[in-house]
Amino acid sequence: MTELATAPSASLSWKERARRIDPRYLIAFLITLVLVVAQVRYHVVGGYERLAVALLTCTVAEALLSWFDRGKVVNLQSAYISGISLTLLEKPQGAALWPIALGGWLAISSKYVLRYRENHLWNPTNFAIVTLLLAAPERISVLSHQWGNDLATNLVIWTFGLVIASRVRVLHITLTYVASFFVLNTLRSVVLGQPILPEIAPITGPMYQLFVFFMITDPRTVVRGRRPQMIVAVIIALVEAMIRLASDQGWPLPTAFNAAPALVALWLVGPVAKWIDLRHAGPRKQAPVPSLEAPAVPPPVARGSSPAASGAR
Amino acid sequence: MIHRPTQPVRRAIIAVPFLAAIGLAFRLNSGPIRAPADAANPGFVFNDATKAAGITFVHHRPSFDSKITNVEPHVAALGASVSVADFDGDGWPDLYFTNSRFGEPNALYRNKGDGTFEDVAASAGVADLNRPGEGVSMGSVWGDFDNDGREDLLVYRYGYLALLKNVDGKRFEDVTQAAGLHRWVNSNGAIWFDYDRDGLLDLYVTAYFRSDIDLWHLTTTRIMHNSFEFADNGGKNLLFHNVGGGRFEDVTDKLGVGSTRWTLAAASADFDEDGWPDLYLANDYGPEELFLNDHGRRFVPVTAGLASESKSGMAVALGDVFNRGRLDAFVTNISERGYLFQNNNLRLNRMVDSKRFVNVAEGEVADAGWAWGAQFGDLNNDGMNELFVANGFISADPNTSYWYAMSKIAGANGRFFEDAATWPPFGNTSLSGFERSRVYLNRGVAGWTDVAARVGATDTYDGRAVAFADLENRGAIDVIVANQNQPVTLYRTTPDSANHWVAFHLIGTRSNRSAIGAEVVVESGDLRQRRIVDGGMGFASQNDRRLHFGLGRREWVDRVVIHWPSGAEQVVQHPLVDRLLTVTEPAR
Repeated sequence: MTELATAPSASLSWKERARRIDPRYLIAFLITLVLVVAQVRYHVVGGYERLAVALLTCTVAEALLSWFDRGKVVNLQSAYISGISLTLLEKPQGAALWPIALGGWLAISSKYVLRYRENHLWNPTNFAIVTLLLAAPERISVLSHQWGNDLATNLVIWTFGLVIASRVRVLHITLTYVASFFVLNTLRSVVLGQPILPEIAPITGPMYQLFVFFMITDPRTVVRGRRPQMIVAVIIALVEAMIRLASDQGWPLPTAFNAAPALVALWLVGPVAKWIDLRHAGPRKQAPVPSLEAPAVPPPVARGSSPAASGAR
Repeated sequence: MIHRPTQPVRRAIIAVPFLAAIGLAFRLNSGPIRAPADAANPGFVFNDATKAAGITFVHHRPSFDSKITNVEPHVAALGASVSVADFDGDGWPDLYFTNSRFGEPNALYRNKGDGTFEDVAASAGVADLNRPGEGVSMGSVWGDFDNDGREDLLVYRYGYLALLKNVDGKRFEDVTQAAGLHRWVNSNGAIWFDYDRDGLLDLYVTAYFRSDIDLWHLTTTRIMHNSFEFADNGGKNLLFHNVGGGRFEDVTDKLGVGSTRWTLAAASADFDEDGWPDLYLANDYGPEELFLNDHGRRFVPVTAGLASESKSGMAVALGDVFNRGRLDAFVTNISERGYLFQNNNLRLNRMVDSKRFVNVAEGEVADAGWAWGAQFGDLNNDGMNELFVANGFISADPNTSYWYAMSKIAGANGRFFEDAATWPPFGNTSLSGFERSRVYLNRGVAGWTDVAARVGATDTYDGRAVAFADLENRGAIDVIVANQNQPVTLYRTTPDSANHWVAFHLIGTRSNRSAIGAEVVVESGDLRQRRIVDGGMGFASQNDRRLHFGLGRREWVDRVVIHWPSGAEQVVQHPLVDRLLTVTEPAR
């Protein structure tokens, strides 16, 4: 835990204290809040054993793997966030718990296995969900509906999402993706002669908003630099639009592509972009900030510098 | 001293279980590693006897206002129903099927007692019920509302209700107006039950689309659900109190049962065993609801653990799942691989102990596809209930699926979702089409095993309503399935001949004459099983009035306890087995 997060001066105003709170704790708090609100209002968890298994798998896996790989147990906050995210987004067949356990393990272990120059390439939750959707579409689905379809839920996520995205300086990624989504899907509907509203409708769903605020903006897996980040966001939206176009044409795509085109687009584009970014950056001259130890969100950075440039990654 | 492996080696070691996990996911995708217990001998087989029985009925779906052409396959995807009653009092159960297109007749198949049927709907006056201005049939329920000894017929429609009084066992008279039931209700379900135990059957009608909507003359396209799983903008369910003299009064608000949650099915039983029949609702795009009957004065909504997961309830079937002497509930839902696992609910009734239902659905029974009607019944006469589930929503072009299009709109804001104009056009796409029926063998604590293929349930029609009846009075439960826009299927069941059975035909005296709501508990050694005479159960269906109990190898019954709707309790000691027994309620 950083000094900023633990020892605010008594003379600081509450605004200043709030500003100095380590964003990783803010994210953990907010994702927990989303979970609690979603559960109280919509019962999205579908059984607390799922939540328990997800959290237990992620945190135990993180503890074990970090100890084995680095010789010490890292902060488990990132694992906690992965566990909550999996609980929110993964829906297994029946009362099966194995997809949750496997998802947790895949999410965490992917950070240790799928690496390039000491950085993991995939957003862990995104990797786990899409991989499971590709490997076991008969047994899992993405929770994309059980959110009530109401404005209140959207507002909660938008409000918190905007706060978080601004705080960690990734709001431009969110906005770029959303703008690209609107443009590309409008274009697609025009090209195909389909009504526009059904094509725009998905982004009004809260699940999509979790994607644009929490997944696509993951500071650990985005590229460096504001402009490259925006370009990657456009490419993700473009790939998603292409997947949707193929689905519109009835191409025989794997179920994952039809069921979760945005997640698949990030799964495809994100690691490639990250790999290219890391390759251009060249080998690090000093020991990298151990990504497995680092939180999913970097600590606050000085105004004008991006998280990527700050060394927080 | 043990040297720590180098980092590449450590990463390689971690990669092994990582890759193994992916491999395991592929493996588990094809089914559980541990094979289910052997179901090689389910103890019964089906024979498709539809043609041999002379049942040629084909359901036709409706057409609606061109403003909703884009979603018409969805909106018009209901209406195939079946209900069972001995309308002519000859001792053989007859079948009534509804049609849903203007001009297409409903069918009343009279059981000729030799395994064949004849359609007498036209001569009986119950065929021509699908007319412009009046609506199209969605289902029916039988009940002797005037206690004259003849089963009357209530047809619910997307349109006006129709109450048809059985005049002489041969023809029916439309008494809707006189009964005070001339109400426009876009209904998919209704049940008869005697909520105030006055001996007269009352009527609960579920409403789907709002009652101000005329699907042939729409003034708005905002007619759909305002949420995929928490919709509450449906039609208002109605409760009609039978005041005698052939008249009914609307007591919905007075009794507090006017749910607007797009109810697709209702069932009634005395779940908490306080002597008063309660109401259980399966709601489309929403959570189930349970209304407990407070001495016939009002109904009290309780969560009872039903709100833990909101889904799309299609049907509710009641049965004693584990022979605990209680009526449990099975509610069908939607599952589509990769897109949506709402999972069916198998809810054990623990209302007496803990005022809750506990969902124990897992494995095969949790996922039947886009499941519709379901019924419990002892198909092999072994003393345990099996479960038949009809599946499939819209079978059109087999090479297409609407699920991708559905995923666009289903997660969207409710304002989009409720507007039919916003939905992507269906065209000729299928939506969970060509799904086969499931027949779950009850293996007790070992769970349920789907034996549909093994026993011969091989149809892939768009099944809707399922009803059980011993059509030939031979101690075997036959299965009748009404399929949407498709022919009926009649599965004739041949159970294990070594098993014994007993069945009861109940006649109410203080209770309603149909004995609807009567609960019977059979005790035979370690067997204790409860069944109820239903006034509508499943989806758009009603089972045979007579209650059938399999006994397995038991050649005796210790006693039978009958809980009559009037509140009277009757005990029958050591009844004979392998026969149908008629029991009349004691006068006092």
